[in-house]
Amino acid sequence: MSTEILMPALSPTMTEGNLSKWLIKKGDTVKAGDLIAEIETDKATMEVEAVDEGVVLDLLFKEGEANIPVNKAIAIIGDPNEKVEVKKEVPIEKVIEEKKIEKNIETKIENKKADIIDTPSPKIEEDRNLSSEEITMRQALRDTMAEEMRKDNKVFILGEEVAEYQGAYKVTQGLLQEFGKERVLDTPISEHGFTGLAVGAAFKGLRPILEFMTFNFSMQAIDQIINSAAKTLYMSGGQINCPIVFRGPNGAAAQVAAQHSQDFSSWYSQVPGLKVIAPSTPYNAKGLLRSAISDPNPVIFLENEILYGLKGPVNNDINFSIPIGKANIEKEGKDLTIVTYSIMLQKSKEAAFRLKEEYNLDTEIIDLQTLRPLDTETILNSVKKTNRLITVEESWPFGSVGSEIANIVQRDAFDYLDSPVIKVNSADVPMPYALSLEKLYLPQVDDIINAAKKVSYIK
Amino acid sequence: MKKLQKADYIKMYSYMLKIRRFEERAAQLYGMGKIGGFCHLYIGQEAVVVGILMTIDKNDSVVTTYRDHGHMIARGLDPKRIMAELTGREDGYSAGKGGSMHMFSKENNFYGGHGIVGAQVPIGTGIAFTHKYKGENNICRTYIGDGAMNNGQVFEAFNLAALWKLPVLYIIENNKYGMGTSVDRAAAGLDLYKRGEAFGIPGEKVDGMNVFSVIEAADKAGKYVREGNGPYIIEVQTYRYRGHSMSDPAKYRTKEELDNYKQTDPIEIVKAEILKKKIATNDEIEKINKDTLEEIKNAAEFATNSPFPKDSELYTDVYL
Repeated sequence: MSTEILMPALSPTMTEGNLSKWLIKKGDTVKAGDLIAEIETDKATMEVEAVDEGVVLDLLFKEGEANIPVNKAIAIIGDPNEKVEVKKEVPIEKVIEEKKIEKNIETKIENKKADIIDTPSPKIEEDRNLSSEEITMRQALRDTMAEEMRKDNKVFILGEEVAEYQGAYKVTQGLLQEFGKERVLDTPISEHGFTGLAVGAAFKGLRPILEFMTFNFSMQAIDQIINSAAKTLYMSGGQINCPIVFRGPNGAAAQVAAQHSQDFSSWYSQVPGLKVIAPSTPYNAKGLLRSAISDPNPVIFLENEILYGLKGPVNNDINFSIPIGKANIEKEGKDLTIVTYSIMLQKSKEAAFRLKEEYNLDTEIIDLQTLRPLDTETILNSVKKTNRLITVEESWPFGSVGSEIANIVQRDAFDYLDSPVIKVNSADVPMPYALSLEKLYLPQVDDIINAAKKVSYIK
Repeated sequence: MKKLQKADYIKMYSYMLKIRRFEERAAQLYGMGKIGGFCHLYIGQEAVVVGILMTIDKNDSVVTTYRDHGHMIARGLDPKRIMAELTGREDGYSAGKGGSMHMFSKENNFYGGHGIVGAQVPIGTGIAFTHKYKGENNICRTYIGDGAMNNGQVFEAFNLAALWKLPVLYIIENNKYGMGTSVDRAAAGLDLYKRGEAFGIPGEKVDGMNVFSVIEAADKAGKYVREGNGPYIIEVQTYRYRGHSMSDPAKYRTKEELDNYKQTDPIEIVKAEILKKKIATNDEIEKINKDTLEEIKNAAEFATNSPFPKDSELYTDVYL
């Protein structure tokens, strides 16, 4: 009997991997526990051990082959004396299809959906400096930090695993090599302490970029963020500002459960003295991060782990920036408005596509980009045009960014509304672990479509 | 250590006296309703900050707790503007928006005045980080109350400072009580300065009622830190005569205990030394007393006559 060795999922968000190196060759005998290959994931290069035993009958991928989906067969082992089914003649795709485990429905993007989601907004397409090459969000963030560090040696980065490990999510890859350990500092697991330290450094004139491995861990440091960073300019009568960027992944990753999956956008957006940014594409990540690093105030920069691998064109001008406080009209439309940000932009675009196909509704999508200060003008102008509004976000419903938008719109555009504003949020519970429940917890395309139907009075 | 000159004795005495008269006046204004909110007085602890002051370089940075009025005076800041901050007026150091606990003077490298117990410790460590990052030969003096010595971020800061050899001098002002709880009811293991040992941070305990002891320790510690050896901890044994804040009747201690400490009053010790060394006569000291009283009286008058901040100031200084 022969056994297939499948591409393993080596991180919660890994959907594909690169075969860096084979540690076995055809004809070798492998025992359980033997190292068989080095696989590069979205986070690191890892060694993979054999679980089954036998003789290597075939290696299905060459060294260096990239983007091999999780659960695809990469090698076959078995008893050489037994008659081997010629696996290679069975279309691999079909074998995979049968064995496919739905790892995380939300991170998998079918081809058709991908086309819709990858369509850049009209404004981006108008950008004359748009790169022909597409890069990932993590690379866009990395490049921007490096560019700003080259311009100003007061900019430095600190956080857990940002230097030698090259970043827990590889966002700081190569920065240590370029800028040295004086400017790229690995900290102990000590959020409260190193956040306070960075705030002090910013008071004294440096421009720290502080990476939280995830924003979940910023809870350990939230006193320094709110009581020290956000308030000292005010409390000092304008003397002491705090030019600092707090950045890292925010929101749900994939099946990491309650303590590692929460969205803090409305928490931080509530605080005067902080600016809050939530990028949704490599393009706006680049422009917004540059603005954040240049800003003389503390900025909360909420990335999203699932979006780190998202590819798109960028503007490579080292001075290209997107102003803080300006929303992007991702798609124009006349029948209803969706206001969203971060990862929910993707789902909103998919919903808009289906609303057009299935209900002939022309949706306008506003990607907030900045949550504080909020671009109320763009929202109100859109509502005055479409007369219907839904907000889509990953945070809990109580006191969310959408709640504030609903308040502003009923106050300032009451007479323009043809239906009540509807908010689409995550479920009002801690994030569950089970895949099925996680899907229920998060806002889905169907939820957005149902909300759109409701504001449009479609049964 | 550099030998103290005659002028140094006069300076010490004047500053300590100025702090005491300031705090007494602040208590009076508080009683009159001119100062609101929380107000933490430094009376009894004057030798600590003044002792440190004698070893300070003006380009060194300072960060401290909410018991900060005396620290600002010792930094050479104007009592008029300090008092005006206490009364919440536009001439205050924070334009009336900070109050007693949140006062700053960036141009004098005075970084607060922090209202959250322990929060100033990582911040001071970060200021020291900046001195080192920029290659400046300066240090950051970071004051810590005994109560904060049980707060986790303090140890996180110690670890970082030792790990990165940051030029930070930690000064624990141990006044025996964190609000109403005595140190022995709050801290396991009594010598607070020894809490740096695990991080390899040297430290020592000093009599904080005697300004000369403080100077000696601060001079030695300051040199150690400035030479790039990393952080150092001085635990200064001191005592506050008043309650934790204005609303604290201090029922948790005996009158005898307080009287006992008053026997070693830090200002009296300096005065006795001045007279003994014939640095000044009784009359000359009386003149300093009179001038100081006058200066503080003027500060109080200035602070109560300065206008309240304009309403439009509510919305300024939120963002730069």
